[in-house]
Amino acid sequence: MRVAGKGLIDRTETVPFVFDGVGYEGFRGDTLASALLANGIRLMGRSFKYHRPRGVLTAGSEEPNALVTVGTGARQDPNVRATMQEIYPGLDARSQNRWPSLSFDLMGVNDLAAPFLGAGFYYKTFMWPKSFWEKVYEPVIRRAAGLGALSGEDNADKCESAYAFCDLLVIGAGPAGLMAALVAARAGADVILADENARMGGRLLAETYEVDGKPGHAWVDEVLTELRSMENVRLMARTTVAGAYDQGTYAALERVLHHTDHRPHGAPLETYWRIVAKRSVLAAGALERPVAFRDNDRPGIMIAGAVRAYLNRWGVSPGRNVTIFGNTNDIHRTARDLLDAGVHVAAVIDSRHDAPLSDDYEVIRGAQVSGSAGRKGLESITVRRASGEQSIQTDCLAMTGGWNPSVHLTCHMNARPAWQRDIEAFVPTPGAVPGMAAAGACNGAFSTAACLREGIAAAEACLTDLDLKALKTTAPLAEDAPYQISPLWAVPGKGRAWLDFQNDVTVKDVKQAATENFRSVEHMKRYTTQGMATDQGKNSNVAALAILADATGRGIPETGTTTFRPPYSPMAIAALGAGAEGAGFKPERFTTSHKATAARKAPVIEAGLWYRPSYIPREGETTWRQSCDREVNMVRQVVGVVDVSTLGKIDIQGADAGAFLDFVYTNMFSTLKVGRARYGLMLREDGFVMDDGTTARLDETHYLMTTTTAGAGDVMKHLEFVHQGLRQDLDVSFTSVTEQWAQFAVAGPKSRELLNGVLDTPIDDESWPFMACGSVSVLGVQGRLFRISFSGEHAYEIAVPARYGASLFDILAERAEALGGGLYGMEALNVLRIEKGFITHAEIHGRTTAYDIGMGRMVSQKKDCIGKTMSQRPGLEEPGRERLVGLKPIGESRELLAGAHLYKEEAEPVRVNNQGYLTSVCYSPTLGTMLGLGFLADGPERYGEVVKMVDHLRGVTTLCEVVNPVFFDPEGGRVRG
Amino acid sequence: MRITCPHCGERDRREFYYRGAAVDLDRPAPDAGEAAWDDFVYLRDNPAGPTRELWLHEGGCGAWVVVTRDTSSHEMLGSQLASEVST
Repeated sequence: MRVAGKGLIDRTETVPFVFDGVGYEGFRGDTLASALLANGIRLMGRSFKYHRPRGVLTAGSEEPNALVTVGTGARQDPNVRATMQEIYPGLDARSQNRWPSLSFDLMGVNDLAAPFLGAGFYYKTFMWPKSFWEKVYEPVIRRAAGLGALSGEDNADKCESAYAFCDLLVIGAGPAGLMAALVAARAGADVILADENARMGGRLLAETYEVDGKPGHAWVDEVLTELRSMENVRLMARTTVAGAYDQGTYAALERVLHHTDHRPHGAPLETYWRIVAKRSVLAAGALERPVAFRDNDRPGIMIAGAVRAYLNRWGVSPGRNVTIFGNTNDIHRTARDLLDAGVHVAAVIDSRHDAPLSDDYEVIRGAQVSGSAGRKGLESITVRRASGEQSIQTDCLAMTGGWNPSVHLTCHMNARPAWQRDIEAFVPTPGAVPGMAAAGACNGAFSTAACLREGIAAAEACLTDLDLKALKTTAPLAEDAPYQISPLWAVPGKGRAWLDFQNDVTVKDVKQAATENFRSVEHMKRYTTQGMATDQGKNSNVAALAILADATGRGIPETGTTTFRPPYSPMAIAALGAGAEGAGFKPERFTTSHKATAARKAPVIEAGLWYRPSYIPREGETTWRQSCDREVNMVRQVVGVVDVSTLGKIDIQGADAGAFLDFVYTNMFSTLKVGRARYGLMLREDGFVMDDGTTARLDETHYLMTTTTAGAGDVMKHLEFVHQGLRQDLDVSFTSVTEQWAQFAVAGPKSRELLNGVLDTPIDDESWPFMACGSVSVLGVQGRLFRISFSGEHAYEIAVPARYGASLFDILAERAEALGGGLYGMEALNVLRIEKGFITHAEIHGRTTAYDIGMGRMVSQKKDCIGKTMSQRPGLEEPGRERLVGLKPIGESRELLAGAHLYKEEAEPVRVNNQGYLTSVCYSPTLGTMLGLGFLADGPERYGEVVKMVDHLRGVTTLCEVVNPVFFDPEGGRVRG
Repeated sequence: MRITCPHCGERDRREFYYRGAAVDLDRPAPDAGEAAWDDFVYLRDNPAGPTRELWLHEGGCGAWVVVTRDTSSHEMLGSQLASEVST
């Protein structure tokens, strides 16, 4: 019911919206909850487990009942709290967890079965038969119990992540937060003031207090106007500070566009902020707690502070004939506000025997509400006092059990809150989060004047830490009423008294947990589901543990709280992962030749983040093998070109570059002549192979190292570590130039002929022998040429600055084709290297040593190097180690499979008889057979022996001959041309 | 978490790459013996309290930094360039 003359909404602007398919109107400034209440809608949801009808309980982010789904299709957003959702023209919201409709929910039968569905019900009932759990019980339970559903579609709206930095972060813009921000801002500090509400002001918007002689909201507006005028202040409304982390880092979620269906180009729906603050003031306020009594969950029963908020901020009375129940002076304020607005107050039930009386309304002292009645909403309550019970007609009960300071953020770094007897609540432990001070209601200071004073004091303490001087500020005049409370957690009696509305947990459930010896608060939580789901027990945890404390004969402080974890309120995964979807999660790296091979319809293969051509199909080829075989033959017989830019390239310079390389490679590089390249092997300090590649000496003090594609990043980090951490004495420095150079392998008998067509000075065997390297002029561009080979053919790698890569590749491709050759891809490259027994990370997979791959003699005895000492451990060279061999199929089956295991021919293929495994296989068009590289116990001593390959997964057994891993051209004549 | 780089100041930990205990800096001589090498390569303490560890400012200046950090409170107790740590 809308009340004339009340509220801070804009009554000149009506806003149409839809709830459960019905059109309604509200005013600008309304939330969905306030607008529905104004339209007389009390029933807003069904409970999680029993499908009981529920109305809105609160007016804030802690709302457990009024959860709705907003939007449709890809924009469907479930579990939105109606208390936080601002209405806008076009808003389409739907209730959840009901079928077929909110007012007639068939699953309501669960409520009739409630005696069987108490705490631990699932654990006890669905134990047998075990196999039924996954297939039968769980799906049924999931369908019956639940919240809203995701659309299952990709996000249509994007989220963003952002960083912000400040001297002082103020969390919460109520009286304490506003005052802290104002004091700090006036002293010149960089201030961020964040508040989860659309409108700043906190409880000052929900109460009728005066501050500094004017209405609270008017004072708020004045402060905000001043803050807005200052350049050192940033106001962040609709922003929930959700977590406190190390070194002054805070997570915050800004709901940027949830209050509109307008999507300005590029604007995010939500922004996930990481705010780094030198100091922070927590001014998060307090949350009012319900009282547990029989059937206290009927729509129309609400938190008293929420009733005042709807009345004073939104001009809505949740009832026409209101009753009030509680244990603090707050309830009398509720009565006065309602009477001022012309709403009838039927009775005030104050559990305290010494409660103040009133001339304006009936006060029933020392009494309790012990029950309620009504079909889909409250119609009457039962009041119990010493003299007996009476029924009172009412359509709205405003209840309060006292206030809980919002200590959540102070506990995110593992601190526990402390119990404060005089307010019957937990308060933050000072110093719980380094650099954070709590002020106001979240610190247990409940009067407006105390909030203002604490805000000033907290800001002044922060300013001192920041070496800033506070201007003298006195707190404005405000109410300073004492907070008097006597404990009131649950009203004794039969029936179900609800604690956790969101999870349908009753007082009896908590007591039952204690009876069954789930006495630890953490065990009780998990046994009853108390405090789970979207509200995380904000309304109910303290009452539940008070009941647990009572049931187990302990005090509340000894019973303790469950752990408060971020986020403070629910957060979409899309916001947490903002920027990391799709290519943001896994960036794509392309070579300069990518467009050329893509134009030839080459399928790509991923190598780390790189995309490389798998093969380059030609007209008429229908399988990858046809293309691959052709490309291999082309390289062996004519010439082929492939982009090898993805290999890591590290430019190494300095007077001691040679000595440094001697220390990181097993073999010698200081003795390498200028203008020559050498293959190098690198070990980890534990003696196993780390990476390999060729390194060229371009000048006395200048080397260029090549790493594997996959190893580039790790090798770079390794070199920097060895230099900075172990060999600071050496004058050397490193730069990654992988992306600065485009590099193409040109391989095959006609490789030199092809190159001489693009080199400004032709080369020959004498000027450019095997393993020569140096500068060349390529069609007028300064480049580099290396005569190295990964195919076993007469081959080169030619490099030009990356900006010339695409055009050089096109020229090389065209000329190769003119010579009868062409491009080749990763498949052919792999076949070519297997035919030659060259290793990749398939072989140097982290568990093989230089000895295992047949390179034991490459570990120089003349010097120390990384990994040398550990590589000489006896176990790493003992007989029986699995060492690199080649394998050729010889029996009926010609199939080799990587990953398959090796056994003696006559042995049973079981684990204990395992002799090794295959790492790389291919079909060799050159030799007309499949070939495999693998590791076999004492392999190199067993050439000529027949072993059995068994792939248990794919059911293949193949007899193989053990051979030298260099299958093709073992003398290496071809590479020298 | 924020880590102080001696060159760049306090930065978000996402700019850093973690390696492990700063023991890696104390490389024994090749002939130091099996026990010393085993200790260096494999054995690490797991302290609840201050620990020295190696971080690479990979998204920044490229310095390897020895960070002293309390594992129980996450308090940062000091940062030093690995190249300036005398071992």
